[in-house]
Amino acid sequence: MIGGTARPGSVTAWALSGTAWVVYAFFYAPIVLLVVFSFSDDRNVGRWGGFTLSWYEQFIDHSQLQNSLWVSIRVALLSTAISVVLGTLAALALERFRFRGQRVFDALLYLPIIIPDVTMAVMMLLFFSEGIRIAELLFGLDLTKGFTTITISHIAFNISFVSVVVRARLSGMNEQLEEAALDLYANRWRSFRYVTLPQIAPGIAGGALLALTLSLDDVVVTQFASGPGSTTLPVFVFGMIRRGVTPLINAVSVVMLAASIVLVILSLVTQRLRTGETGRSLGDRPRRRSDSSV
Amino acid sequence: MTLTAPPLPTGPGPGGAGTGLPEVTPEFERAAARADSRRGFLMSLPAYVYLVLFFTIPFGIVVVYSLATRNTIGGTDLAGWNLDSYRRLAEPIVRDILFRSVWIAMLTTLICLVVAYPFSYFIATRTPTIRNILLVFVMIPFWTNFLVRNYAWRVILGSDGPFAAVTEALGVGRQEILFTHSAVILGLVYGYLPFMVLPLYAAIERIDGSLIEAGRDLYASGAQTFWRVLLPLSMPGVLAGSILVFVPSLGAYVTPQILGGGKSTMLGSYIVVQFLTARNWPLGASLSFVLMTVMLTATLIYFRAGGRKL
Repeated sequence: MIGGTARPGSVTAWALSGTAWVVYAFFYAPIVLLVVFSFSDDRNVGRWGGFTLSWYEQFIDHSQLQNSLWVSIRVALLSTAISVVLGTLAALALERFRFRGQRVFDALLYLPIIIPDVTMAVMMLLFFSEGIRIAELLFGLDLTKGFTTITISHIAFNISFVSVVVRARLSGMNEQLEEAALDLYANRWRSFRYVTLPQIAPGIAGGALLALTLSLDDVVVTQFASGPGSTTLPVFVFGMIRRGVTPLINAVSVVMLAASIVLVILSLVTQRLRTGETGRSLGDRPRRRSDSSV
Repeated sequence: MTLTAPPLPTGPGPGGAGTGLPEVTPEFERAAARADSRRGFLMSLPAYVYLVLFFTIPFGIVVVYSLATRNTIGGTDLAGWNLDSYRRLAEPIVRDILFRSVWIAMLTTLICLVVAYPFSYFIATRTPTIRNILLVFVMIPFWTNFLVRNYAWRVILGSDGPFAAVTEALGVGRQEILFTHSAVILGLVYGYLPFMVLPLYAAIERIDGSLIEAGRDLYASGAQTFWRVLLPLSMPGVLAGSILVFVPSLGAYVTPQILGGGKSTMLGSYIVVQFLTARNWPLGASLSFVLMTVMLTATLIYFRAGGRKL
């Protein structure tokens, strides 16, 4: 670790801590204000007009909002479940085996993380519109964009995120443990089930929470992969914002905010479990061998 | 990347003669390596197939569309490939949007860098316990719904909102910056600041403090120590953070829509307009391709400069 060069009490030290508090205020003030205004009884989204819960009641009674909320939840759960399985398998293959086509696969797996949302969205739009046309031409199928296409596109980016998180965990794991299990006549499956899996479980949980968060938050890709019939909550809200802001949007936003904060806290807790085991600091990437946990 | 040696006995270990296991021979090792290769391939296969089907093929379709021609009714003729839509990138309207996006993204990156550097330095120089708590409070906005965080600024900057009230109280007159470039930059800085803080923190935390003390011992002033010791040593973090902020800012769509008033101020929103309203798919596809190329180049620079995986 690096020691502070600024002497305590010096102008530099004051300026540094001052900056830090200003930045934290910048991070949190908008969030706090949004929560406050969601309870405000005023038609203007940014003015306080006394306490009310009516915007939340409107949210509960709004059938389109409720529908899109359920679409969001179903898409998030399904895409997370599938991408956790595929992403974990991919991570294991890349970290524990050497196989043909590995480098290409490794690169391909990083692409969905690094390309901008908009380009991924464009890819999905063109792919599904072509796909639907071909399905109609060849098989006479009448397909429309909706739940399935949204889920397919979410899995396409979530696999990569899950595999990165699981790989980080795997590379920090002591391989000798697996070798020991094999030396003790465990077969591949038993060594995976009783040695590897318990060790990487926090990584898998972290990857799953990340996938849930990304799926619940996504606007751009979903907007291009969804049809007029069904869409997710963020896309619906995004459309509402563009038509004009209302206090109802404040309330819906606070609900989404609460969901993502719950997910962050859960993933920080799983990360804590990891740190607790190996004595790493939070900012560290888990790349050291976790000898201390043996 | 760590690779395991074939996890089969390779020496006078438990697999040696007398235990009933096959003798270790070169042929045996090769067979084991082949079996290993097959297992790895099979395990990666589901994700591999999925990504080829739903990522590589869509990517190919974008490239094909970028070479196609828009017909008069707003459809796309896939026959007869040409580079027309790439030529259109040099037209004044498109060029202006490209330049403006680059300029806004650069300004966002610079502001993030200036704000995040002292902040990350402050975090990195705390004791481990406080450091972890401070980092958690950076992680929370980092993971919070991006749309909601942009919307919060819409509420604050809106007419009669808190921002107008504060500027009025300060005596500078009611300021309305919503739907201006300033609002877009503010939203982007707010959205991507954690992307700058985290790599900067990681880089600064890794620096050997005795090097800074050595600088001070040799009578360097605080500013000299910063410019000649601290900053050069934290350069990997500066580079990583800048790329992580610059690239998504360049392709930003949600922020310009919400805080920029839906005008196609930036590349991201201009691309979307080509698909959803202007119905010029070839132009949209070629712009996406350009954006992707910028992105991949930046990532390669990042890895070349010794950056770790994202």
